[in-house]
Amino acid sequence: MGYAFDFSVIRDNIGLFVAGALLTFRVSLIAIAFGLILGIIGALFRTSGNRILNAVTLAYVEVIRNTPFLIQLFFIFFGLPKLGIRLNAEQAAILSLAINFGAYSTEIVRAGVESIPKGQIEAAMALGFKPLKIFRYIILTPALSNIYTALTGQVILAVLFTSVVSQIATEDLTFAGDFLNSRTFRSFEIYFTVCLFYLAIVWIIKGFAYWIERRFFEFAKYSRR
Amino acid sequence: MTQFETSGSSVATATEAAIVARDVEKWYSNGFHVLKGVSLTVNKGEVVVLMGPSGSGKSTFIRTFNALEPFQKGSIEVDGILLTPKLKNVDAIRREVGMVFQQFNLFPHLTVFENVSIAPIQVRNMPKAKADEITTQLLERVGILHQAKKYPGQLSGGQQQRVAIARALAMQPKIMLFDEPTSALDPEMVREVLDVMRSLASSGMTMVCVTHEVGFAREVADRIIFLADGLLVEDTTPAEFFNNPKSDRTRKFLSQILH
Amino acid sequence: MSDEFTLGRIFINLLIATKWTIILSIIAFVFGGIAGFLIMMMRISPIKPIRFLSWVYVEFFEGTPLLLQLFLAFFGVSVVFGINLSPLVAATIALTAFTSAFLADIWRGAVEALPKGQWEASSALGFGYFKKLRYIILPQAVKLAIAPTVGFLVQVIKGTSLASVIGFTELSRAASQINNVTLKALLVFALAGAIYFLLCYPLSLWSQRVEQRLNQQAH
Repeated sequence: MGYAFDFSVIRDNIGLFVAGALLTFRVSLIAIAFGLILGIIGALFRTSGNRILNAVTLAYVEVIRNTPFLIQLFFIFFGLPKLGIRLNAEQAAILSLAINFGAYSTEIVRAGVESIPKGQIEAAMALGFKPLKIFRYIILTPALSNIYTALTGQVILAVLFTSVVSQIATEDLTFAGDFLNSRTFRSFEIYFTVCLFYLAIVWIIKGFAYWIERRFFEFAKYSRR
Repeated sequence: MTQFETSGSSVATATEAAIVARDVEKWYSNGFHVLKGVSLTVNKGEVVVLMGPSGSGKSTFIRTFNALEPFQKGSIEVDGILLTPKLKNVDAIRREVGMVFQQFNLFPHLTVFENVSIAPIQVRNMPKAKADEITTQLLERVGILHQAKKYPGQLSGGQQQRVAIARALAMQPKIMLFDEPTSALDPEMVREVLDVMRSLASSGMTMVCVTHEVGFAREVADRIIFLADGLLVEDTTPAEFFNNPKSDRTRKFLSQILH
Repeated sequence: MSDEFTLGRIFINLLIATKWTIILSIIAFVFGGIAGFLIMMMRISPIKPIRFLSWVYVEFFEGTPLLLQLFLAFFGVSVVFGINLSPLVAATIALTAFTSAFLADIWRGAVEALPKGQWEASSALGFGYFKKLRYIILPQAVKLAIAPTVGFLVQVIKGTSLASVIGFTELSRAASQINNVTLKALLVFALAGAIYFLLCYPLSLWSQRVEQRLNQQAH
């Protein structure tokens, strides 16, 4: 194997990678925030007891979870303009990522709400708590602690999914790699570096999740179940 | 165990009714007729023990007193506040009534101290300093003050149940309901909880307890109510109940729990 | 030209390409399963360096996008080794790596979910390491692993759609090509989505059923 690795292409174009990483970060953050709102609404619908809301939400969840993100992205990016809805690449990327994340988080949040024992809510009612305060002070923290591992995992998958939006020319981290690859022949070095960038983002998320766990969910170590 | 101070209510008012339940009827959603018209008057300062075989409806019955269980017929008056199947006045009633559950139901994400102080602060809008003062006093009385910073999961069952009693008392209720407070406890922890209940009873608190603890019932109860199959079978003194039961249903029950 | 693309013809073209989605999924699952089993064995090995190596492997392939893994296999490997890989071979390599990392993690989870007492009891009976695995641990772990494994199969099928990006013609690439000609994006991608759904949803349902049954047994 006579191949000589040369990472100078990375050094010379580091600005491109950083710009791409920042866009990946921004798109992920916005999409996950909107997706989580969708997920909370979806979970409310799923647990509302209203049959129609439940069925519609379940259909949304299953369609998204059982089709590839690439198809969802193309459907939105190429399809919505046919309906007169014009989106630029970044908007289409954020919209499709949010819809995708919303479906997965619907099921995660629902599981969290359903994991709270009925006795907790009864005890709060007996103390005179009203529904909103029961949610805020009694349900929210334990529910979050029950689902935060699953939620962190889904956040990481969502960030990795953002690489796909390079396919509609959103100038994210992967797009930066593609761009350089088409101008140099250092494919391995370039894509390997891009991978390391993603790995770094994933580790930052994991570290943050660990900090949250220590800071807010310490009690969970002691809850027997 | 430290004694609870008498809550100031004079002996003269002790004959007023704290709870008046009239012909309470309830069906579960599956159609099961669990309460078939039960009437009961509990006077202020009285300790009433409800006994009965499992499925007799005794837990369901006391859970109607603070509207945790809806009911379809009859009415309940709690400290003069009327509760009907329409379940109005629920908030007013829950202000007067504290409840202790079989499974403790402490909030796992709050420390012992916060478990007791959260309802006064969030429901009563009590200033934090005042709530903290009450919490400290109550935890001291139930003997858990030194564990105040721990989470419920770090405590034994008996300790958790004592915290749950303190949590209910922090709302300064006029009536306390106990729903099988010792049934989920290991045998060696039953006593510490009963001691707290005993001391609460001697402080003049109105108490309605569903329990199988015969010793507690004999010693502390003013009256024993025996429920079976959704009907009130007997309403009598502990001495009469244990020594001279009137119905066959009661005798059969007693032979099962007294061996 | 585009007028000739009737609904029926679009659908038939998509179905033909679906064959390659299925084939690629099976390849990825079989190779990924074999590799994943070996990685899982390394992950639960009592020897630390072996555990570390497999940890790096799993961490890398779980922590980077599948799309990048495809690029590494297709462009990177070609450049480094000076050979040209066909899209099918590159997709096989990348999907195998991706699948094996996740399956190794799922299966390790199943093994570690077993009570410690199972290892201790079999040690006490004098079983050697591999006999312990073969007769005591793995048979029990398989039961726990079925639902998440089937669930992950859905991720593999969806993952094959990315092979379109390196030029492998399966369902997604066929859909893109038909869209380029017909410009009927809503119809074409909805149809492609429907086909994926028909492939994936039964597996999702099956996975959920198995999990429910397992949960009921636990009570």
